[in-house]
Amino acid sequence: MNKKITTHTALKVENLSIGYFSKKNTTVIADGINFKLQQGELAAIIGVNGIGKSTLLRTLGNVQAKLSGSIQLDGKGLKSYTPIEMASTISVVLTEPLASKNLTVVELIALGRQPYTNWIGKLSETDKTKIQEAISMVGLQSLKNKKCYELSDGQLQRVMIARALAQDTSIILLDEPTSHLDLHHKVQILKLLKQIAHKTSKTILVTSHEIEMTIQLCDKILIMNKGSHEFGEPGELIQKKSFERLFPSDTVAFDPKTGSFKIKK
Amino acid sequence: MENTAKYKVSLLLLVLALVICFVLNISLGSVSIPFKGTLNAILGRGVAQDSWEYIVWNYRIPKAFTAILVGSGLALSGLLMQTLFRNPLAGPFVLGISSGASLGAALLIMGSALISSLFSYGMVNDVSLAVAASIGSFSVLLVVVVVSYRIKDTMALLIIGLMFGSMTAAIVSVLSYFTDAEKLQQYIYWSFGSVGNLSWSQLLLLLIIILIGIVLSIISIKPLNAFLLGENYAQSLGVNLKRSRYKIIIATGLLAGGITAFAGPIAFIGLAVPHLTRQIFNTTDHKVLVPAVLVYGAILMLICDTIAQLPTSANVLPINAITSIVGAPVVIWLLVRKKKMIF
Repeated sequence: MNKKITTHTALKVENLSIGYFSKKNTTVIADGINFKLQQGELAAIIGVNGIGKSTLLRTLGNVQAKLSGSIQLDGKGLKSYTPIEMASTISVVLTEPLASKNLTVVELIALGRQPYTNWIGKLSETDKTKIQEAISMVGLQSLKNKKCYELSDGQLQRVMIARALAQDTSIILLDEPTSHLDLHHKVQILKLLKQIAHKTSKTILVTSHEIEMTIQLCDKILIMNKGSHEFGEPGELIQKKSFERLFPSDTVAFDPKTGSFKIKK
Repeated sequence: MENTAKYKVSLLLLVLALVICFVLNISLGSVSIPFKGTLNAILGRGVAQDSWEYIVWNYRIPKAFTAILVGSGLALSGLLMQTLFRNPLAGPFVLGISSGASLGAALLIMGSALISSLFSYGMVNDVSLAVAASIGSFSVLLVVVVVSYRIKDTMALLIIGLMFGSMTAAIVSVLSYFTDAEKLQQYIYWSFGSVGNLSWSQLLLLLIIILIGIVLSIISIKPLNAFLLGENYAQSLGVNLKRSRYKIIIATGLLAGGITAFAGPIAFIGLAVPHLTRQIFNTTDHKVLVPAVLVYGAILMLICDTIAQLPTSANVLPINAITSIVGAPVVIWLLVRKKKMIF
């Protein structure tokens, strides 16, 4: 495994409970979530549909409120961050479609600089440099002036990653960045994220259904199960037989030697 | 980024076109005044006939200014609504905001006649009409906002706007059934829309309302751009959703409500101009779009008004008819070229 020697904890989650508030009652989707991510790590949240992966990610990104427990960024509670501080610490790539696809790639990426620009959003030289860096890191030079509606799903996903990069945060959260993509582009996106995490020392957390790929590419994995959640390096989790418990054993079986699932006939 | 200079040139050309349209609008009218006479009257030099100066200063110039304010304001309110509701078909007319204003006006003009025992007769004046129409449009806008956060479906929102239109029409027809001909005529004339008949003092009031709307829009440029990504993304970029939404909604209400109050419900300008502007400037950046729709809206409204007053004839067509004839095909054309209709 690609292990990085880091001592700095970027994200620490303790006893977190997530779900939704409504007038009458609170719906708990998952609770007892504990994990710690170091700076420069690529980590994945996996689990079956509806277990609360996206809800967890949205809670971490402060898109929705937590029910209880604590989330700490760089040793500081999430609550103590102002919106602007928050925006310069965590960036998100969500599954929801863009409101407008009439933006050009470079316009969209430039919006990532909003936490740093003045009241009317004028881009400084630093902003322009950061945007350029994000574009070249993700390899979008040739698509720069295309409109977003002209892009394929894979290209658009890269643009969204570049936008998050331009936001220049220490943590990037991505909700299912590989869905709707073919095998080649799934690998391409995850490899890109790994490269970004290791090169720029950003902490990247994704939710994914690509368990086999995350085993191969991620530094840490959080497996969400009903009742208990397991967190660790992929190798550790394989040894603890954590993946076996993920799906009902009558449909698929996990093969620890190859790190893949086999369909039961 | 490197396009800033290009945008400035385009904007400058638009302003130039606006000035030309303004002068053209003033020089044409039911009374034929030679172009040179109009220019002299504007510039305060001596003119051949005193009546020319009177017509230009007391009739044509206020009307042209009203057209500019109405066009700019409606176009801007349309732009704000399209971005806020993430809906390319949003506009003051489509979302029922104009219907709300109409309802306010109808209730005041015709309703006051029905409950005249409670109120004294003289209460329907321009100020009360403006207030009633503004209250009407603001109430509908608030309902639309509440509904839009319950129902994320943009199509549903448009249908709700349409329903408001029907409801208004129904209430108006009930009211008109019981009201006398004079009141009914007063309402119908208001609903035709008109940029004439505004005195300088009313014009000043309208100007103040629109300026507040413009200032609110300008300070909202950054959140407006963030809203292009969607609200969750905007929030993750540090935008205070609640505060920005309120600013934009108040600006929209002031612009659409204030204008409808003074000039009547004017169709299509709010819907069509933002799309035309996006086509010309080929950008979605509100830093460019806000000033551009202001100028573009003013130009389009001046042109519509020039057509409406049927130069050299004594007749004046209802401005609403002209904006619809000009605006509806534009919207259809944009819809047919669907890719470009996205905002």
